Order: sequence, then structure tokens, then C-alpha cells
Amino acid sequence: MRRTPLKGLLAGAAVLAVLTACSTEDPDTDAADDTTASEEEGGGSEEWFVQADYDEQMAQMDATFSGPEDQPWLQYIDGPTTDTAEFKTNKPMKVCFANASISNPWRQTGWITMNQQLEVLQKNGVISDMETRDAGDDDNQQIADIDYFISEGNCDAFVISPNSTAAMTPAVERACETGKPVVVFDRGVQTDCPTTFIHPIGGYAWGIATANFLVDNLEEGDKVVALRILPGVDVLETRWAAAEKIFDEAGIEAVDHFTEANPETIKSIITDELTKGEVAGVWMDAGDGAVAAIEAFEDAGMDYPVMTGEDEMSFLRKWEETGLTGLAPVYSNFQWRTPLLALEMIAKGEPVPTEWVLPQTPIAEDERAAYLEANDGMPDGHYAKFGGEDLPGYPQVWQERQMP
Amino acid sequence: MSTRTGGRLHGLTSTGIVGLVLLGAVILGTVLTAIEGRNFFSTGNLRDILTAMSILGFIAIGQTLVVLGGSLDLSVPFVASLTGVVSGGIMAGDTGNVLPGVLAGLGVAAAVGLVNGFVVSVLKVHGFIASLGTGLMISGYLATNYQGNHGSAPSSFRMIGISFIGPLPVSTLIMLGCAAGAVLLLRRTRLGHHLYAVGGDAEVARLSGIRTTIPLLAAHVLCSVLAGCAGLLLLARLSVGNPNVGSQGQYDLMSIAAVVLGGTLLAGGKGNVTGTIAGVAIFAVMDNVMAVMQVDPFLRNVVRGVVIVAAVAVYARREIDRRPARFERPGVLDSALEEAR
Amino acid sequence: MSSPVSTDVAQRVRTLPAHARSPLGRFLAAATTPGGAVFVLAFALLVATVIANPNFGDPGVLIRFLGRTAPIAIAAIGQYYVIVAGEFDLSMGAVIAAQVVIAGNYIGDDTGRNVTGLLLMLALGAGIGLLNGVLTTLLRVPSFIVTLAMMLALLGLVRYLSGGAADAPPNDDFRQIGRGVVEDVPIVEVIPYPLIVLVVLAAAAVWLMRRPFGRTLLAVGDNPAAARTSGARVWWVTTRAFVLSSLAATVSGILLVGYAGVHPTVGEGYEFAAITAVVLGGVVLGGGRGWVLSAVAGAFALELLFTLLTVLEVASTWRDTVQGLIIIVAVAFAARAWTVGRRPSTTAAPPDSPGRTSGPSSTTEPTEGPTTGGI
Repeated sequence: MRRTPLKGLLAGAAVLAVLTACSTEDPDTDAADDTTASEEEGGGSEEWFVQADYDEQMAQMDATFSGPEDQPWLQYIDGPTTDTAEFKTNKPMKVCFANASISNPWRQTGWITMNQQLEVLQKNGVISDMETRDAGDDDNQQIADIDYFISEGNCDAFVISPNSTAAMTPAVERACETGKPVVVFDRGVQTDCPTTFIHPIGGYAWGIATANFLVDNLEEGDKVVALRILPGVDVLETRWAAAEKIFDEAGIEAVDHFTEANPETIKSIITDELTKGEVAGVWMDAGDGAVAAIEAFEDAGMDYPVMTGEDEMSFLRKWEETGLTGLAPVYSNFQWRTPLLALEMIAKGEPVPTEWVLPQTPIAEDERAAYLEANDGMPDGHYAKFGGEDLPGYPQVWQERQMP
Repeated sequence: MSTRTGGRLHGLTSTGIVGLVLLGAVILGTVLTAIEGRNFFSTGNLRDILTAMSILGFIAIGQTLVVLGGSLDLSVPFVASLTGVVSGGIMAGDTGNVLPGVLAGLGVAAAVGLVNGFVVSVLKVHGFIASLGTGLMISGYLATNYQGNHGSAPSSFRMIGISFIGPLPVSTLIMLGCAAGAVLLLRRTRLGHHLYAVGGDAEVARLSGIRTTIPLLAAHVLCSVLAGCAGLLLLARLSVGNPNVGSQGQYDLMSIAAVVLGGTLLAGGKGNVTGTIAGVAIFAVMDNVMAVMQVDPFLRNVVRGVVIVAAVAVYARREIDRRPARFERPGVLDSALEEAR
Repeated sequence: MSSPVSTDVAQRVRTLPAHARSPLGRFLAAATTPGGAVFVLAFALLVATVIANPNFGDPGVLIRFLGRTAPIAIAAIGQYYVIVAGEFDLSMGAVIAAQVVIAGNYIGDDTGRNVTGLLLMLALGAGIGLLNGVLTTLLRVPSFIVTLAMMLALLGLVRYLSGGAADAPPNDDFRQIGRGVVEDVPIVEVIPYPLIVLVVLAAAAVWLMRRPFGRTLLAVGDNPAAARTSGARVWWVTTRAFVLSSLAATVSGILLVGYAGVHPTVGEGYEFAAITAVVLGGVVLGGGRGWVLSAVAGAFALELLFTLLTVLEVASTWRDTVQGLIIIVAVAFAARAWTVGRRPSTTAAPPDSPGRTSGPSSTTEPTEGPTTGGI
């Protein structure tokens, strides 16, 4: 008891220490911040910038896609195929789907589309039933889900949307060992055992398209605020890795913040950045929350920035309303249809691309009106390139966000 | 440890009631699983349940110790993640590095526990705030230094996560071994007895000559080490150290819920590890059955919430019923036990 | 810069601000308690921010900053009622999320529904608070568990019913509550509506805490047994605290849907942010002590801290670490200072009740009666 005043003093000094720590911390962390991928301390941590992948995706952006013109979800870049003759069957398949989660609007939209596609294939007698286990964004849970399917699911085919890449690899390999077709989509795994791995071009292509757009519309030395959802997710990290490289080379000053897509955080960050000085551009690694960023400019009475969002309806609508200079990059939501259609091909014994690269084309200003019209009445969290216009539930199912 | 009931509820201990709830959950689960055309007791299904129990189990055992001591630990998910990346980084896929990796990981976890325990028992900061604070600190460290997966577990170490003895996962057996250890600690050692005393009433414990800081400090260190064990198990299952894996499993709040579901008083001083394990099992069965039934993922949380409150209300009601009759004031439920004085 | 003041605080802390007699005495006492020190902390952070970037010293910028902090400050006021009664409310974030979805899906474009929507949201908020309170007090389930379960259930239900997210933000008229400003004000240029709402609610809170309700609430948090003996209806007082907390979360939700729009993440983490703000304000977990305006200051300190980090361009991943450090330090400091303030016997955990040696640790659960022992 008698020593408490002293401890109080110590505590007070500690508060002060924290305050000063904030400022001394600055140069250090700032430097670390500027070099996203170069991880001194992490040692073997995953490096997010891989030049070869960057170059590959850059080439794929201009590649020719084969497949039906009006069905981008069936288009692919020519390359090695997997022979699926051994899987040929006339019997409807029982499909087991290990889903990472439906915890964000992008995944929810895709999930609705997938279920509509399922209905069609059930009617056609390709699929008898799809059993889904949702891992709720938890790697460990998804491993358990896959193992459960292997032992209890009576599955004729596996569809897996991995929650993360490396962690899911052993479980996917176990699924492959069953000798049943395995379709992986969205995030990949570090094994080539799946029958097909379906994904849009990828994160680098997103980063390249968006960063080039900003560079083209800004001057050297301009400041761009980069709003990122969260660290450590490969499909998001590669977007920023590519963009940051391009900003660096073009002499654009880019500051990145993690926002968890929370519009309140986004608006506060932009407001603070505007107080510090002029912000010429806004870059996002995913478009939800884009409206909050734009409104921050409105509320501060500033001119609209040059901005890249996503093909989410809220951004497209706000973009049109404000007339700002923008681009809506796309991480093709229609890919949620492809896994089931791939299973249809597999059941017929048709070869499928081993790595099925789907087109990923941003929506530019001149295409915006068409997409807005096509998606009229859709909720804000809907994605314009969802690719479900020819499915039976269109448009009510998406308008009402009906999930099974 | 066994909490004596005062006559009313058929002389059941609270652990007995938890056991009954678990039995009910298993019976209901069997029926519902059968309706789906599956067998609840098939090897694959039991493995699913028991594996799910192992990770939450480790954390909940530790949480029980801390809660018994009248504190809380919200930093467990971050300790689990930290242990995973630290150990995974040191192992780097090499079997020869397993031991140093494990020791370093658990050492880091113990250090965090020491900090928690110090802040709680010496600086007198409420466990909620102390562990929320350390959890945040670790979370920031992880996000800054590990942007993505880190390190890798050699295949020998991964065996822990995928080996079974019959339907029993090895990981669950290890967890149950830790639970047995915790039971012994609480029943047979002075430290255990003192922990109950401190959690029951720190002031009375102090006046009866117990050094109140030691049991609480020890409980926090053990809790962090057990969270570290969960982190190691996650590392074995994932094969890489994932800096977010702890938060993905929501182990902080779910472990506290499991502890309370297991009949331990959140205020401390009363409860036991057996009940906690039953609480963890109830969650595992519930999640398993809902997954088999393909219940909407959003709706599952509604069910979880309702079950937690309903189950805990059963014990809490019992607390009230247990009062000697002369202290009852029918209709005024809030007249709590303190009136007995 | 705050260090001399802090020493001062530790030595001169005496008693609860609300118990001091003259207004001046009350003010002085307040400034030297942990509840007063948070104002010093907030001020120091403000000065640091302005030094780091003088633009933040502009009155127009400051007033907008105050406006955007209103939702978290209001949530902190709500959480204050619950914490001071010795309970927790972990369901705040979920309540905000639910209200945001209702604002989006029920009100939407239809300005005619603004008033009914507002009333519906407030009624729902009160209903949730009532349920939290009744489950805690009458069913004797610890509030930590009740509100945790409420959080899970409410978030799950809202997402289940809405398909994950609201369809669209409510109309601009409705959003004005959280986004609009009073224009053409001298010096500060504008006054954001949320700030006005905050000032009104804070004033109401100060008034309420001086009413019999507030005094009983503090008494219940400090020592439920004593409060009961002196004739307080403990369950009803505590339940009302939960209702006030949920109503505060509802108001936060109304402001946030205006400020930020609709998104499933709106309100996420508000429960912990509000608790952090409250304890930064020197309010003691376990109940019985603390000043409501200190909780508001705690919210400002927290937001200022984040702004300072942004201004200093500290990588945003370090945010959590700094926040964690500062709440531990602040609360450790407050625990010391309060201990000095209360004379005998309290070396134990904060919620000890003075004067009654076998007093219960004042969380929800009744301590064991004569029939029980730990082992």
C-alpha cells in the first residue's frame, strides 16, 4: 500500500513512454510498410511478390480465351487438360462441397449462383445431391470437413473452395487419394492432384489493371491511399503486391491501410488522410466499402479522387452518380458456376483444363451503364459479373438474396 | 471439487447435470443424424466430433483454471496463433527441429501467461482487460510480422494431427491426458486448493494466509501453455503456422462459454475440469449435428446462442434452488444468496 | 508531458467525484481521479496529433472529428451503465449490426418510413436490452454469457434473414442524422448532428446518474447485498442498465448507418471498443465506481490514438498492439490510484466491497451460501 504512489508514478511514466513510443516507432515501421513482401524478420514467411506469377498473369490478361463467347464462366486459356475418361458415368453424382465460408457479400453472391446452377444440373440428372459443409473461415474446420466427407460423405465428387492455400493442401491430397474427381476453385492449393483448379486470372492481374489505371490518370508524385481488407490472404496480398510495385515504379506515393472492409474505418482513414494533405487517388483491394471512401471526400468538400473499386453494385451506382474517374476491377464472381459445370464435363468423360483460368476483365466507364441496367433491382452487395442471367431463379433469387 | 447440492435437485452435482445435458445432446444427435440417413457412432463421425473437441478442449482446460481463480483469458486465440508461427518457423519442415520448435513455442506461450498473470495478480488489472490487452498486442505483432503463413511442420510432427487409435484421435487423447493432469492439480495439490480459495474470495484467502498472487499467476501460465498446446496441434493439422488460426476458431469466447456451460462459476471459486470437457463435448456434438443437417451457417450461431443461455440457466436456477428454504422469498428471484448472511 | 500530472493523481486521489460537495470541489476531485486523468490523456493525444500535423488543430477539422467519434462515445455511455452495475454487455456490436440492416431493408428509399423505422429500431433495442437484463437478473445467467449468446444469436439471425447484408442504405434524409451538419457556424464552420446527439445523451447521462436511479446503480455495482438491504430493487435497476445500453447501441447504429452506410461489418468490435473506452475512463470492471463523462473521454482518447497512428503513418497492423498496451497501462494505473483512494482492506481484486469482510466479489453470481465451499 505504501508503495503505491511510486507505482502510480511508474504507471504514469509508462503512459508517457507509450506516447513517445508512438512517435519513435514511426520511421521503423514506415520503412517496413513500404516493402510489403520483403520480410526481414519473418524469415521463411510467404513472400507475396513472385515475378514469374506476375509476368504470367500479365500475359494472361491479353490471352485469347477459348469456349462459348456468351458464357465467360466456361471460357479458358488453352493449355494442358486432364483426361477424365475414368470418371465417366451416367448415374447422377453425389457432390460434396467443402466451402470456406459465406461470410462476405462476394461469397454470398457466388453461393446463390452456385445453388441455381445446382438446380439446373439436378434437373438434367447430372447431380443427384450436393452436400455442403461450411467452414466459417476456419482452416482447421475445413480440414475436418474434408476428412468427414472422405469417410462419411459417400461422395462421387469433391468440390473444394479452400480457406487458405498451404494449410488445405494435405487435406485436398487426401481427397485426391480417394480416386474421385476433385474440383478446387477460387484460392488454390499447393498440389496438382485435383482434377481441375478453377480460378480467374488472379490477384496480380487485379493489381496490374488497377494500378495502371491510376498511374495513367494521375501525375508523378500524386498520393494514393490504398485500402486493404486484411493481411495474409493470398488472393488479396497479390493484388497489393502488384499494385505497389507499379506505384513505386511510376513515382506514385501510396499509403496502405487495413480496414477489414468496415466502412466506418474506411471513412475515418480517408478523412484523416485528407486532413493531412491532398489525396489524388484511392485504390482498393476489394470494393465493398468503396462508397464510404467516396463519401469521405464529399463530406470533406474535396474533389473526387481517381478511384478503383470493384464490380459490386454499391460502387457501380455511386460511381455513376458522382461521375468520378474510376474503374471497377473484377474478381470474376461467375467462377462459382464453373465447378459444377466442370463436374458435368467430367461425368461425360470430356477432358477439362488442369488449370482452368477464367477471364477477369474490369468494367470500364463505357460498359458501366450496361451492367447497371442488367443488374437493376439487385441489392448493393451484389456483384455485376455474377453470371447467372440464364439461370431459372433470375432475377428474384439474387434480388432477395435467397440462400438454401 | 464436487459441489454438494443442498438436497433439492436429486443430489446431482453440477458435473452430473452437465453430463446429463451431454447425454441428451448425444441422444438427440443420434436421432437427428439417423434422420439424415447417417450413423452418429460411425468412425468418421466420432473422429469429427473428437477432433473438434481436442483443440477447444486444450484451451478450455486452461480457461477453467483461470476462471476458477476469478480471472479470464481473452488472449488464448492469439497465443495459439503465436505458438504456431513460432514453432512452425523453427521446425521449418525438419524433424530434427521438432523439439526445439515445441519448446520455443510453449516457452513463448508461458511468457505471455506470465505477463497476463503478473498484470492480473500484481498490478490488479481485471483479467478481462489484462488479457484483452495482451491479446491485442500479440495480434498486432502477428499482423505486422507474419503476413501469411509461416514455417512448416515436418511430416513426423503432422502425425499428431492425423493419427488415430480406433476412432480416437491421438490429439484428443493428449488433450484428455492434460485434463486428467488438471483434475489432479486441482484436487490433490496445494496449488489447486489455493486456486479455488483465491477465486472464491481473494480477501478471505489472503487473510487465511494464502499468497494470492501465486495461484493466479500459475493458472495464467498454465492457461497460456495449454493454448500453446492447441496452437501446436493446429500447426500439426494445418502443416503451416497460420497467424490468424486462433481468431478463426473464436477460441476466446467459445472457451469461456464452454467453461460456464461445464458448470464453473464465472466469478470463480467453484467448478471443475470434468464439467468443462463435457461442455466442450456438448459444443462439438452440437456443431457436428448441425453440419450433418446442413443447417444454414448463420442459423447455427442462433442455435449456439440459445443453447448456451438455456443450459447455463439450468445450473444458475439450481444455484437459487439450493438455498435453504428459510431464505427464500417466493416471487422475488433477485434476492440472492448474500441475504443468507 | 502527462507524467507530473499523473503523479499528482496518484497522491491526491480521494473519493468519487459525485460524492464531493461543492461544484468546485467536485471538479478538482474529478480531475485527479483516474476518471479525470483520462481527460489529460485525451488532451495529450490531441496535442500530439496537432504537433504531428497542425492541420488537425483547425477547428473545423476538430469538430468533425468529435462528430465522427460520437457513435463510439455513445456506445461507451451505454456500456458505462452496465459496467458500473457490475455487468458486461458484449451484444452491442450485434445490436448495431441488426439496426443497420433494419435501417437498410425496412426504411430503405421510403422516407415515409423514417419515423416508424426509428421507433421500431428503438423498440427493438429496448426489447433486446430487456431480454439481456431479465436473463441476467432473473435467470441468474452471468451477463458475460447472456450477452455473448445474444451477440451470436442476433448476428446469426440478422444475417440469416437478410442473406448476409442489407440491400441498400436508407434514404438520404434518414442518413442525415448521422451524416448531416449544422452549416455556417462561426469559428468551427459546422456542427455535425451526431455531436449534438452525443452532447444531449451525455447531459442526460450526467443527470440520470445524479437521480436516484444513478445512485442506486452505483450502489448495486459496488455492493448488491447492501443495495438490496437498503431497499433497492436490484434486478430492475440492473435490467434498466441493460436497456439503456442496448438503446445506446441503437442510437450508435442510427448514426453509423448515416455516417458509414450499410455493410455487414458495421458495428463489428464495438462491444470491445466501448468496454475499452469505459475502462480507459477509469471506470472499474466489476462495478460501483466511475464517472460517465470519463467514459466519453475514454472514447475520444481511443479514437485520437488511432488518428495519431494514422497521422504518424504507423503501419495499421500496429494499431492493435498500441491499443493493447495503452489499456493495460491505463487500467493498471487506475487500479493503483483507486486503491490509494479507498482506505482499508482492498489489496484484492477491484470489485471488493469495503467494510464487509466476507463481502462477495461483486459479479453477477451470488457467492456461496453457508452450504458450499470451493472444494
